[in-house]
Parts: sequence; structure tokens; C-alpha cells
Amino acid sequence: MSGWRARLLTWPEAAAGRLPVRGSRALAGFFIVVGIVLPFFFGQTSGFLNATIIAIAYAVMSLGLNVVVGFAGLLDLGYVAFYALGAYSVGWFASGFFFKLNIHVLVSPVASTLPGIHLNFILVLIGAALICAAAGVVIGLPTLRLRGDYIAIVTLAFGEIIGTLAVNGQSIHVGGGMTLTAGNLGISAVDQPYFPGLRFNLLNLRPWYWLIFAILLFVLFVNLRLRDSRLGRAWVALREDEVAAVSMGIPAVKTKLLAYSIGAAFGGMSGAFFGTYFTVVNAAQFQFGFSIFILAMVIIGGLGSIWGAVVGGLALGYINNYLIPDVLNNLPSRFGLHFQLTQVEFGIFGFLLVIMMLLRPQGLIPERRRQLELTAEIAAEDAQLAEAPGGAGSTT
Amino acid sequence: MSAAETSAPPAAAVLRAEHVTKEFGGLVAVADVSFDVPQYSIVSLIGPNGAGKTTLFNMLTGLYRPTQGRIFLGDRNITRSRPDVITGHGVARTFQNIRLFGAMTAVENVMIGHHARMRAGVFGSVIRPPRVRREERETRERARELLAYVGLPGTVFDRLSSQLSYGDQRRVELARALAAEPSVLLLDEPTAGMNPRESAALTEFMRKLRDELKLTILLIEHDMKVVMGVSERVTVLDHGRKIAEGQPGEVRTDPRVIEAYLGKQD
Repeated sequence: MSGWRARLLTWPEAAAGRLPVRGSRALAGFFIVVGIVLPFFFGQTSGFLNATIIAIAYAVMSLGLNVVVGFAGLLDLGYVAFYALGAYSVGWFASGFFFKLNIHVLVSPVASTLPGIHLNFILVLIGAALICAAAGVVIGLPTLRLRGDYIAIVTLAFGEIIGTLAVNGQSIHVGGGMTLTAGNLGISAVDQPYFPGLRFNLLNLRPWYWLIFAILLFVLFVNLRLRDSRLGRAWVALREDEVAAVSMGIPAVKTKLLAYSIGAAFGGMSGAFFGTYFTVVNAAQFQFGFSIFILAMVIIGGLGSIWGAVVGGLALGYINNYLIPDVLNNLPSRFGLHFQLTQVEFGIFGFLLVIMMLLRPQGLIPERRRQLELTAEIAAEDAQLAEAPGGAGSTT
Repeated sequence: MSAAETSAPPAAAVLRAEHVTKEFGGLVAVADVSFDVPQYSIVSLIGPNGAGKTTLFNMLTGLYRPTQGRIFLGDRNITRSRPDVITGHGVARTFQNIRLFGAMTAVENVMIGHHARMRAGVFGSVIRPPRVRREERETRERARELLAYVGLPGTVFDRLSSQLSYGDQRRVELARALAAEPSVLLLDEPTAGMNPRESAALTEFMRKLRDELKLTILLIEHDMKVVMGVSERVTVLDHGRKIAEGQPGEVRTDPRVIEAYLGKQD
């Protein structure tokens, strides 16, 4: 029993985390190059490339939520709120939605002739991050004074509030006949990103891929730097023992707020990308289930583990957008069953989560700390088990 | 400012509690306790279990807010300050049941102690300008020095604190408190679980700390040998009330103290 558990616990560590600095730099460079040339191996509109783009955007969200749940230990069940705010940032600031206004900053020649607010996507991206970070502070201030499960309940409520606000925003008038959101109709004809030299349209997915890959690299970089910093240590300390942490001079609310709003900013960036990629911002996208979906990525990847969050996000992204709909969808019919896999995808995710919790509760790529703790515990358990039969034998 | 406010505490008392009371619901854990901790002194807080010693500690460090009364650190009123702010002002502590961050190494634990003295913010942490790199490196070096100072074997510096022996965990906790660069150090039963020889060594070490680091030390202690050996003043609590105060010799012979510990003689 203990042998296979120990083996399951240790397999990825041989590959990850133990490399010398120069080796890991070279490895990082290799992966970046592979990442950049990857789309040339697929057709410009291939379903796999589309799934990859979505999976990477999921990974960015997963990285954001990992800061909150994994690093700081704050169970956030309303992360979809920041996806929504990020997406609406694009809807508001890069479309004709506010049709009475005429603001154009660094956009394509076509967009600059249209009414509405049209900002360059980079500006929208920064704006989305700032809006979400600010919203994180506003939501976090009352919430993060609570502890444990209460944070989960209140964040869940805030997620629902934002979702409901998105649906009912079409009745909230902001003047001049303009409304806050377009509800379930959606804000459509969102601008495509405009960078001279790259053509963003749905006939060529490669620029989209490079854009989200760049966002992923940026978010990864920030995550790695924060993890190994004064702030990253403080998050772990608060997660481990809040009383001891505050007694050592860590301001609890401020430090948690930083985790919450940084996580929110990443969610907003990913949301902004989704807004422009789907070219529509629809209130129906922002369901509670999506919060859980992102949380599942973090948990399957390994709570608190940066590479785990990336792998978890990519894995669920591919399963959700490629494996189930494109590859395995007709599997049941081959066995004479009359349903498609897409109809039971939540069941599949639930099954995966249960399997993960049974076989590898620490996630695919566990955080180094949790890894060390778990293996130490199991080693102690094994030592006890090894002693027990011997002790029993000697008494007979 | 009331009339009581103008009677500022004498400069010699670095930590001072004035008529401090703490009630939990109907239970009075600490009742109207006043006492001074003079600068560069070692003061012991003793009393039977449940006397309110740790509750008093938690008020001094800001974990609890007193129901009544005031607490001064030097001239500064810290009665309503947050724990992290009080630590920033120079009060550090250890805990009765060791509270290390189990998933962090010994060095990282001690680095946490230095948190309030570091400057790096979000952007500094991400961009890592030379200033932040230097601060990080110096904090790490300082943590290793402190661990060596409290006598932790160098081989376990980078081991998870949860995997250390009980005695080593106590050492790490002490180093973590020292990393906060305190002027007042609060030790909650530092010799718990130690054998007489280790206790004697720690007694020696507390004096060394006070002299070398210019510390003022307040400790909760059950081991009378340690209390009598190390402290210049002793405050005795029983059922939340201060029943005696003075030099170790005086307190030991005080009939009320004997009664509190041994019960009333008929």
C-alpha cells in the first residue's frame, strides 16, 4: 500500500524543481521557443489551435486563482467575477457599445471611424487588470476579515452578484440611452486587437495564440517572482498559521488583499482576452460553475504550485475544448449509447476530481513545500508500519 | 486627554500595563492587572494554570484587546494596536505551543520574523531592483546568523521546520522572534519540555540575550528554578488577579503565593 503511494508522490520531482539554475534557464528558453513556433505545425484555423488558445487563457486564470487559493490559502468561490469584469472591460472600452461617445486611442483605421470607445488592446488589458485589482480590494476589504469557510461563502455570493449584475445591467441606464451591460444579448462586435504587422481575425488564429502566449509568460514571470519574495513568504506564513504570522509583523488584511487583487488582475487579463477572442461579451458566460472549473484546475494541478496551475489549466482546457467535443464526443454511440460526451462533461470533470483526490491528492505537480511535508508524513507512516509487524512477531 | 493620561509612565518602564482587564463573555480571564517591565530587565510572570498569564501576553502583543485598561510601550499607547503594528514597534514573542510555519524551512521561518523590517513591495518583488536583491540576501544571511546564534545545527537550516526535533523547533522560534529586531522579547514557557540541563543552559542564554542584544525580557515560566535564577522581578497572577510582585526572594516567601500554589493550610 505504501510503496505505490510513495512512488506516485515522487515521480515528477525527478524532472522538475531539482534542476540547477542554468539548466532551468535553458529549459525555460527551450519551452518559450517551442511555444512560439508551435502554431506553425497546425493549420491557421485548426480546432487544436483554437483549443490551445483557450487552454492557455484558462491557464492564466488558473495562475491567478492559484495566488489566492494556493499561495494565500483563501478559498475563493467567486473568481468568475473577475473573468466577467475583464471581459466587460473589453466590451466597454473596445467596442461601439457606448455609442454616444467617440474615443479612439491607437486603434486600427477601421475602428477609429466607428462610434464608441475604442482603445488599443494593450491599454484595455492594463485597464482590465487595474479594474479587477480595484474590484478585488473592494470585494476583499469586507470579506478578508473573515476566516476559512466564511471567505468561501462570501466570495461565492460576490461572484453571484457580479453575474446577476451582468444579466440585469441592460436595465441599468448610464445616460444617453446607454446601459451598463447588454445582458444575455451580449455586447457584440468587440474590436479585435490591433498591432501593426499582425492581422487578428478568425481566419488566422496564430496571432491570437501569440498574444495569449505572451500574456501567459508575463503572468508566469510575475507569479514566479512573487512566490520567491517577501510577499510570497508572507502569504505562505498566513496560510500556515495566521496568529503566528501577525505576531511576526505581517499585516493580515493588507497582505491578503494583495493576494486577492493580484489574483483578480490576472483573471481580468484572461477575461479581457476571452472578450476579444470570442468577439462578444455575454452575461450567460459568467456562471458559478466556471468558478469551480477554474478551482478544479488549481487543485488538479497542485494547490500552490505555479507549474501545477499551468498544467491543470492546460489539461482541463484541452479536455473541455478538444478531447471531449472533437475527439471522443461520439464514443458512447460506438457502444450503442444514445448520448454525446459533451452532454456529460461536468460528470467527467467530477469523476476526474474524485480520481485525483484518491490517487494524488496533492495534485499533478505539487508545491515543493506540500510535497516535502507529505512525503515526510508518509515516510513516518511507513516506518511505523514496518515496525508494527516486527513488534507483533517478537511477542509470539 | 484625561488627567490620568498626563501621568505619563516613567521612561524606565519599557512595557507597562495599567489596570488591564480581559473578559470573555462572563469569564474574567485577567482582572485589573498593573505592572511594569523596566528596561533591560528580565521579568517573570508566574501563576498556576489558568491564572491568565497567556491572556495577558496576548493583550501585550495585540492578539486580544483589553476590555479595560491601557498598555504602553515606552510612551506609546499600544492598547488598541494591531499585533503586526506592535511587532513593528519592537515587541516580539514566542508561543507556549510552538507555532512555526511547518511548510517552511528553518531559515524561511526566521526570514518571516524580519518581515516588518523589510521594504520590498509588490512591484519591487516583481522587478527586483538591486535594493530588493540586497535586502533579500541580507535577510537570508541574517537569518542564518541568528539560527547559529541560538545554537541550531547548520545541517538542518534548510530543513522544513515541521521535521525538526522539539528542542530545535524552540530554537527556531526564538531566532524568528529575534529576527524582528525587538526591544522587548516575550517568551511563553520557553523551558517547557526541557530537561534540567537544557533549562539551565537557556537561563544562561536569556542573560546573554539581554546583555548582547540589549533586550528587555518578559517570560511566563513554570520552572521555579529558572524563575528564581534568571528574573530580577516576578509578578504572580492567580485567577486573573495580581497577587504578588517583587524580587524573587520576596515572592517565594509570600504567603499568598504559597497559598495559590499549594492551597490554603487549615
